[in-house]
Amino acid sequence: MQLTLGPVLYNWKPELWRDFYFRIAEEAPVDTVVVGEIVCSKRSPFLEEHIPAVVERLTACGKQVLMGSLTLMSLVRERKAMAELAAAEEFTMEVNDLSCLGMLGGRPHAIGPFVNIYNEAAAKFFVSRGAQRICLPPELPLSAIRTIAKSQPDTTFEVFGFGRAPLAISARCYHARLNKLSKDNCKFVCEQDPDGLAVTTLDDEPFLAMNGVQTLAYACTSLLGDIVKLDDAGVGALRLSPQQCDMVAVAQLFRDVIDGRLDAAQGADELTRVYPIPVANGFLYAKPGSTFVAGAGEVHRIAPVA
Amino acid sequence: MELICPAGTPAALHDAVGAGADAIYCGFNDETNARNFPGLNFNREEMRDSIAHAHRYGVKVLVAINTFARAGNVDLWRRAVDDAVECEADALIVADVGVMDYVARTHPQQRLHVSVQAAAANPDSIRFYVESFGAKRVVLPRVLSVPEIAAITREVDCETEVFIFGGLCVMEEGRCSLSSYATGKSPNMDGVCSPAGAIQYREENGALISRLGNFTINKFAKGEAAAYPTLCKGRYQTDEGCGYLFEDPASLDATTMLPELRKAKVSALKIEGRQRGRAYIERVVKTFRHALIALEEGRPIPADELNGLSEGQSTTVGAYKKTWR
Repeated sequence: MQLTLGPVLYNWKPELWRDFYFRIAEEAPVDTVVVGEIVCSKRSPFLEEHIPAVVERLTACGKQVLMGSLTLMSLVRERKAMAELAAAEEFTMEVNDLSCLGMLGGRPHAIGPFVNIYNEAAAKFFVSRGAQRICLPPELPLSAIRTIAKSQPDTTFEVFGFGRAPLAISARCYHARLNKLSKDNCKFVCEQDPDGLAVTTLDDEPFLAMNGVQTLAYACTSLLGDIVKLDDAGVGALRLSPQQCDMVAVAQLFRDVIDGRLDAAQGADELTRVYPIPVANGFLYAKPGSTFVAGAGEVHRIAPVA
Repeated sequence: MELICPAGTPAALHDAVGAGADAIYCGFNDETNARNFPGLNFNREEMRDSIAHAHRYGVKVLVAINTFARAGNVDLWRRAVDDAVECEADALIVADVGVMDYVARTHPQQRLHVSVQAAAANPDSIRFYVESFGAKRVVLPRVLSVPEIAAITREVDCETEVFIFGGLCVMEEGRCSLSSYATGKSPNMDGVCSPAGAIQYREENGALISRLGNFTINKFAKGEAAAYPTLCKGRYQTDEGCGYLFEDPASLDATTMLPELRKAKVSALKIEGRQRGRAYIERVVKTFRHALIALEEGRPIPADELNGLSEGQSTTVGAYKKTWR
């Protein structure tokens, strides 16, 4: 099973973002890396100057690089930027919105987790249009993943394996709303929360994480204990989504468990040390996505704040 | 502009026909439609009879087959398509690319509308649906402003339809898993959002607490009106502030936007609420019919006539005026 490093979803300082990828290139045992700003186009200009160096370093270190498209685009400049990215033959695009399919004109591409592929009929359609890799939506249960993956054996199917699962996208920026700012004059307040801003209920239960126009889970998806089942279901790659933790260590843990060098339970303990956020995998078992299903099938809630 | 009204039951459909709807949308009583609530929707025979009834009065019926087909059971969605065609539906409202592909191949003459759940938010994605499946109309997500709607309508080769009244999604429709994160049931897979079966109310020191799944969605002080605990309209806290972080518990009322929507050359106006009762449907449809007649005759549009019908007591024009842009 391959490992993919998903795009950084948060607003990281551009130099730290660049250095993060330089280290990933040199040290992380991942096969594919998705690069680019996919959440908010206002952040894109700051990363642009670093993209060539990042792509070059990753490629030189043997990683396959995919360029992630925006998830929701409405402005003319956003559509133009995506059309340019789609036209750049040196890049393979990971499509996060169907708008990009027309721009690609049938060229081979990958599909990201924000395109709704819930069944084998949809998968077949997208494969016929040139999709070579498909990262399925995080809320899909294992039974659906299996049916879809087995229906297109020549396509690499990927599932969201680590990180806060993206749950929703809006035209409205919630970081701006919280800070009583307009979206156009947001002062980039989301950069204060490079791991997402924790949202708790009025009873202090951890619930969600806010990331500008995007809303994510508070819990960290971890499918470390489900690798055997995923492999059996025909999943070809696991996606690790960057969080504020040692992502090289995260990738190494997943690699070691996949390769049988590390026991899954031991790996899970270690993962909690590397990223001490409650874990969840409920989506995979058709349970609430906030829950964690241990091997025996028992459902645990995410841990309350102390 | 066509007035598109919801019907959760054959009786509601009859009422909407009588109240002045140009078209009515409804769905089969299974998971193929995004209002898959107990006791709601149409069996095959009811659908056939209801469509025949509507047609007698020159009213169209649009059948919503707008959830994403369950892997391994796509035939349920294909059968819904076949049956809706056979019942002489005027259009099918579809969200799943796999289902659209089936409609286009098997029933190329059938008029196809792109559901709001398909998240077609710009001209490029709409063009994709038009070119791939011959879609004739797209229902636009409630995240767009009127100028954006006007620009899209100018640029695309199909009709546009927008919501004017009822529930308001603040997240892009068809791309929201908040409900399944908290409850295990999602709009895309199960046709429900923040389902009633997952709600619990409890009183604590005089306050009413609403919970969805395992999470507290809101607390209401004594006497405060308690809105339905829809996830994106709950009260939450962060280190940087608390309150309605995503949206107030308001619903959409775009009555005042009708002149601008007409200028934007929108083809159809949609009222949300297939889960609503007959009296509600009748009143909303009549009110909007009167508003559209007033608009045509150049008279001022009567405002505020629907006060008290909205969940959560307050209404908003939503993204149509992007005060937050």
